[in-house]
Amino acid sequence: MEFQIDQVIGNLNELFGGKDHHRQRKGLDFITIPKEQAVAAITYLSNPEGFKHLVLLTAVDWLEQGQFQLTYLLNNPDNKQDLGIRVLIPRDQAVMDSIHDLWGQAATYQRELREMFGIHFPGSPRVDQPFILEGWDGPPPYRRDFDTKKYAEETYFPRPGRSSNDPTEYMKHQLYPDE
Amino acid sequence: MSKKFFSWNEDRSLYPPAKPDGTIDIDLSSHKYLKIWHGPQHPGITGNMSLELTLLGDEVMACETHVGYLHRGFEKLMERRKYIQCFPIVCRVAVPEPDFNEYCFASATEELAGIEIPEAAKWLRTLVLEMARLQSYLMWVGGQAGAFGQGIIGQWTLYCRDLVLDRFEELTGGRIYHMYIIPGGVRGLLPDGFRERMEETLRIIERFMKDVHSVMFNNSVFKKRSVGMGVIEPEWINRFGIVGPNARAAGVPMDVRKDDPYLKYPELDFEPVTGTDSDIYTRADVRRRDLLLSVDLIRQIMVKIPDSGEIRAKTPNVLHWKIPAGETYSRAECTRGEFGYYMVSDGSEYPRRVNVRGPSYTHAVSLLEKMIINVNIADVAGLMVSLHTYPPEIER
Repeated sequence: MEFQIDQVIGNLNELFGGKDHHRQRKGLDFITIPKEQAVAAITYLSNPEGFKHLVLLTAVDWLEQGQFQLTYLLNNPDNKQDLGIRVLIPRDQAVMDSIHDLWGQAATYQRELREMFGIHFPGSPRVDQPFILEGWDGPPPYRRDFDTKKYAEETYFPRPGRSSNDPTEYMKHQLYPDE
Repeated sequence: MSKKFFSWNEDRSLYPPAKPDGTIDIDLSSHKYLKIWHGPQHPGITGNMSLELTLLGDEVMACETHVGYLHRGFEKLMERRKYIQCFPIVCRVAVPEPDFNEYCFASATEELAGIEIPEAAKWLRTLVLEMARLQSYLMWVGGQAGAFGQGIIGQWTLYCRDLVLDRFEELTGGRIYHMYIIPGGVRGLLPDGFRERMEETLRIIERFMKDVHSVMFNNSVFKKRSVGMGVIEPEWINRFGIVGPNARAAGVPMDVRKDDPYLKYPELDFEPVTGTDSDIYTRADVRRRDLLLSVDLIRQIMVKIPDSGEIRAKTPNVLHWKIPAGETYSRAECTRGEFGYYMVSDGSEYPRRVNVRGPSYTHAVSLLEKMIINVNIADVAGLMVSLHTYPPEIER
């Protein structure tokens, strides 16, 4: 049977409670799947729907709504179709099922998300070992409420005799001196 | 696949048996094993990452990768900067290939903002991306040869790379970081006489690549150490997210330039380079032929590229540029495979989230840890270079 992305979206809506479908461009669609159904939906997409390449797995912090958005970007190489699966999970209970048994590299992505966003993936290999930040004991640094500037000001000190410009003001002066 | 390479010890009674998942039980208190660090400062490591190796004799029994020596937190920094202010950052994500970062970031921004760039800018972008591929491959040839003890080849190809950097310098003003591809287009047209100088550079590169082919690819030491070594099984390709030349050497014609054509690639005549044996030698040969394909593509581009015309679409004042809310993913084929930027905008002047999808992320961590088992310590550097990994893009 010929591959139809609208058919796949219809199946996701019907079987896995998908909603908020958005077509960004031809060949790139996004859809939101409830957390409980997400791994089942991704398994269904990888086989039989042919989305066999995991392009990336990352998180977006929607601090104002108190949610993390996990984005699983899957690619169907035979039909040149990308599909982004958005999964919203609460910030205060940031736990998600692991997909390392579908793709080996997912374990690395999940390890990074555990470290940078504090999202836990129980059962994922080496997920609790530090990945990039060895010896880090602060809060997960990629969360929106972690202020890098404040952290740097508290942790490091300026070297005497050096001055710096505010980048926005400086660029405005350089590029648009009349405005 | 039976493991039979140059350094393979036939007497396996000395080594503990492997469990079904390929790992072995290591009892460090038996004093049979030696734990050493390979990197982070080591000429055989492409960049700054380290491998924690457990050796028995001179064979690797287990490996854990450690990254983080180059972590600069770029993705977080971008959330605090306006789109135009991110530009000095994105080119530094993958140090030897800044242009793919610039292109992916610019095209994602343009897509969210609904900007169509002029024709001439598309040609210039295609040219710059192919030149970036050429210089990155030239550097890689030197690394691969050096890892197997042929230091002189690295000196030849780095000379060739310097010539490409000269062309970059006259086109963009910069040698390593160009910041030439900006949102809305590019920064300049071709300078006078660029075509002739480019053609001469390409001729020199072709001459040197003939020598490299004779001296490196027909060299018995290089062949003995690389043929049959570090094989990537075709069924791992999707299982571990392998892309680019590493996948093409296994016979899978994965090339974003063909699969998801961007810029002016549909108007160029080429076929993805593939191999069959998927070992270090085949991967090296695929990259060598891809390098020559890049030379051919630059010649095709040079014929078709316009000398004048609009090179930049009109954008709002970039310091007050609010990008409409949305999310997108923009990809390009870099020398190591699919390179992409996932960008989320919340409608403000600052990106909500930018995520870099670099091919080294999968190749250097999960794949390398799997492939390195039973490899001789002397071949670890050659194996790692053959995956063509750049640690800066793993930790961003």
